[in-house]
Amino acid sequence: MELPRFHRLRRSYYRLEGTRCPGCDERHFPPRSVCSRCGLSGLEPQRFSGRATLYAATRVTQAPRGHASLAPYAVALVRLEEGPLVAAQLTDVGEEPLPAGTPLEMVTRKVRDAEEHGLIVYGYKFRPRLEEERP
Amino acid sequence: MREVGVLGIGQTPVGEHWGRSIRDLAAAAARAALDEAGMARVDAIYVGNMASGLLCGQENLATLVADAAGLLPAEAVKIEAACASGGAAIRAGYQAIAGGSHERVLVVGVEKMTDRVTDGVTAALATAADADFEAAHGASFVALNAILMRRYLDERRVGREAFAPFAVLAHANAAKNPNAFYRQAISAAEFAASPAVAEPISVLDSAGICDGAAAVVLAPLDVCRGRGSETRRPLGVRIAASASATDTVALGARRDPLVWESVAASARKALQQAGVGLKDLDFYEPHDAFTIVTALSLEACGFADRFAAVDLAKEGRFAAGGDLPICTLGGLKGRGHPVGASGTYQFVEAVLQLRGAAGEAQVPGARLGMTQSVGGSGSVALTHILEAV
Repeated sequence: MELPRFHRLRRSYYRLEGTRCPGCDERHFPPRSVCSRCGLSGLEPQRFSGRATLYAATRVTQAPRGHASLAPYAVALVRLEEGPLVAAQLTDVGEEPLPAGTPLEMVTRKVRDAEEHGLIVYGYKFRPRLEEERP
Repeated sequence: MREVGVLGIGQTPVGEHWGRSIRDLAAAAARAALDEAGMARVDAIYVGNMASGLLCGQENLATLVADAAGLLPAEAVKIEAACASGGAAIRAGYQAIAGGSHERVLVVGVEKMTDRVTDGVTAALATAADADFEAAHGASFVALNAILMRRYLDERRVGREAFAPFAVLAHANAAKNPNAFYRQAISAAEFAASPAVAEPISVLDSAGICDGAAAVVLAPLDVCRGRGSETRRPLGVRIAASASATDTVALGARRDPLVWESVAASARKALQQAGVGLKDLDFYEPHDAFTIVTALSLEACGFADRFAAVDLAKEGRFAAGGDLPICTLGGLKGRGHPVGASGTYQFVEAVLQLRGAAGEAQVPGARLGMTQSVGGSGSVALTHILEAV
């Protein structure tokens, strides 16, 4: 991934910024320009909390080019507290698969190998939540 | 709208063709189809291909194919719909004939995957997913399907052995297809012992990386009928329906990732167009890139209730001799899955079945069959229904 593309994505990658529809209140991640639910344009930025639960995960052993140094790694669909289902790597997990519903939280980590231009891409990953919220 | 018929078919064997380039493969399949149709020229060429740019460093592919097959100066364009490119190219050819733009078209599905080593192929296939929000995060194509299979296993409360019948039947059928890549039968025990690619997906859940090309010549149906006695075709075949539908590219953006709306919508439209029901079909060629795709496709089309495809598979309903044979010449799993060519191979194989020319793999008395090509993880689907006439 080269600089222009990464620069465009930085808000989403660094702070999990998506969009919210002022018309129907639908929250989207990744961000959209047109609401997937009601078709309205002019969506507002929405910053997500980073709290999520696991939908399902797998472990990648044959990594695509650009991810070799991380392999084997876990990749998952995670359900954000605010609704959207997001594809992301899991980190700080062992080899055993985590059960669906495991509470997770967002952290910032290196998501790809440094490529020929030397750019290291950082972004969101999810790890098992360290501390449960106190009542 | 004019009725569209099949004038000729051609295919190369599927395999690792180290000595043959993408243009050689496409030209060989094209010439075979044209020879069978008894034609030297066509009005237009539609080339179904997913990733020649990434896999071979070659774009402007359709012109290259027109040149390699000796068909200049025919109109030529590449049609891309990820792994469904072969089906999308058939539909482009169908529309050109049905709408009256052209009288004779050639459709060639081709993919040359072995010019790259595995990590490059994996990266190329991952471009079928959302580049910024799936592939960039290391979610390979197999990983996304593995997530779906894990969830299916969790919700259905079964082990991965429930998917064994799909791989076993595909290999059993491929053994009867001289053009298939994997011509050896496998057992459920071998499936169980197969190593993981991305758990729970194992090697034997997955269609392999390979090369191949398949081609079809399409024309108005009355022309195909009139020429019946001049060619080797014992029976004519018409395209009774051609339909396409889409869903979100990113899996997470769907209401329920285990419900494949694009597949459901394209099948529904196709059945309506053909004026037939699921029970009228003599066979079905699903896009079995992974066993989970077969199950989700069967359920989306309505052949099985939700989470019931694995049960029907266990009863043998989809195997040769069952009430709905699938992957009759091996499917993507057994024949091999040269991605952008697979939809065209399915079509060619359906034509063989409807002509009664499928040899040992023949579905007895087949008159009506459905082929379905799916791109991404259920994000685009092309469904065709073919009928013997």
